[in-house]
Amino acid sequence: MQNIGEAFHLALSLVLSGEADLYEIVGLSLQVSLSATVLACAIGLPIGALIAVSRFRGRGLVLIVMNALMGLPPVVVGLLVYLYLSRSGPLGFLGLLYTPGAMIFAQTILIVPIVAALSRQVLEDLHAEYAEQFRSLCLTRWQSITTLLWDGRYALLTVGLAGFGRAVAEVGAVIMVGGNIDHLTRVMTTAIALETSKGDLPLALALGIILLVLALGVNAGVQTLRMTAARQAHV
Amino acid sequence: MSDLPITAVPPVARPRDEAAMSRPLLPLRVSGLRLAADGAALLDGVELSLAPGGCTVIMGPNGAGKSLLLKMLHGLLVPGGGEVSWNGTPAAQATARQALVFQKPVLLRRSVAANLDFVLKARGRDRARRDTLLREVGLLHKARQPARLLSGGEAQRLALARALATDPEVLFLDEPTASLDPASVLVIERIVAAARDRGTRIIFVTHDVGQARRMADEVVFLHRGRVAEHSRADVFFPEPRSQPARDYLAGRIVL
Repeated sequence: MQNIGEAFHLALSLVLSGEADLYEIVGLSLQVSLSATVLACAIGLPIGALIAVSRFRGRGLVLIVMNALMGLPPVVVGLLVYLYLSRSGPLGFLGLLYTPGAMIFAQTILIVPIVAALSRQVLEDLHAEYAEQFRSLCLTRWQSITTLLWDGRYALLTVGLAGFGRAVAEVGAVIMVGGNIDHLTRVMTTAIALETSKGDLPLALALGIILLVLALGVNAGVQTLRMTAARQAHV
Repeated sequence: MSDLPITAVPPVARPRDEAAMSRPLLPLRVSGLRLAADGAALLDGVELSLAPGGCTVIMGPNGAGKSLLLKMLHGLLVPGGGEVSWNGTPAAQATARQALVFQKPVLLRRSVAANLDFVLKARGRDRARRDTLLREVGLLHKARQPARLLSGGEAQRLALARALATDPEVLFLDEPTASLDPASVLVIERIVAAARDRGTRIIFVTHDVGQARRMADEVVFLHRGRVAEHSRADVFFPEPRSQPARDYLAGRIVL
């Protein structure tokens, strides 16, 4: 095994070499995690908004459950999705197991609670500001929800970012339902785990570096967007 | 007296009584309106009748219940007791035919024009009226600006334009000029007076005695959650009948 300095050097060479295998893994990671984030936002944002504008018996319990689900263990999600997608499971006919589709499915389930719970908090604060005006204008619940989602769009980017961060960094669920198959379902986190166990530290480190740079890049992009919006007083 | 928490009317579609929708909203009759919180009476049996037309100014010291009364008349708050009847229509079913301008304008995180577009669309009004409304409040040249970058006076003018966009039969104003400079105050007053002259019934809460003198056709003076005096402006200002109103107009502390 190389020492750490040597491993870093080799890792940087790998990153800069533009090796096809490496970037195939990166591309699949982005494809899976971005798809899961988009799907989770499509499901979680309306749920968060609906709960933000609604008052009903048992709402406190719903909030507790939603918040608790933010900490869903990825391996448990992986196990449940595996059971559903396995040949004898209720969704076995889809033939999704060990495909990127299964990984998207698992990551979506993992981050929907995060998107729903965080967006509920963001939109509830916004609703507290708008509520009387909405009632004065006699807006329907649907009009209130769509207005909150649009006006809170820049704050909600951060929520989406939190979801993406969770998705792209998790390993337990995708390895169970994707199987870490080379050229098919191998993503950055599963590849890092595999290469580390094999002792191939440069490749693991190269992937780790790319993962960090991606996380920084996405964060910087969202932050820039929010700052631009803040300058225009849309936040 | 019922000691109920202050309850907002939930934002749900309200039942429509077509006959009631075609009736004029005025006269207004308020009887025995009560509200209490933590054992303290905030409104303590308000009795009030308002005829069609003109501008009613509601005055009174802090804590007299002016804003609460306004919100109950508009159907935003549920009273602990008593009744609000807009010519036979309960307050909650009259909200859509009224508009309220809040002390602190709540503007959407959009452009000036988009704030008006939103209301015109939500209330099914002709969106071509937008520029006319903006011109009326002197904001046409700022149509593309983000609304939240407007000055206090401009923001309140936009809130007023938004309220007028709904063609309200009754326009409530809750201290709309409380923190504005004198020029902005006069602009707001001119817009409100024009709406009154077009037939919109104005119900205006203010602490500003000078403004009340300029705007009021009649004055309702609230004190400790009750109507201490309700008289024509030309009677109220020279000769207030109640002691709290006399003290208030004389600049003495009213407890």
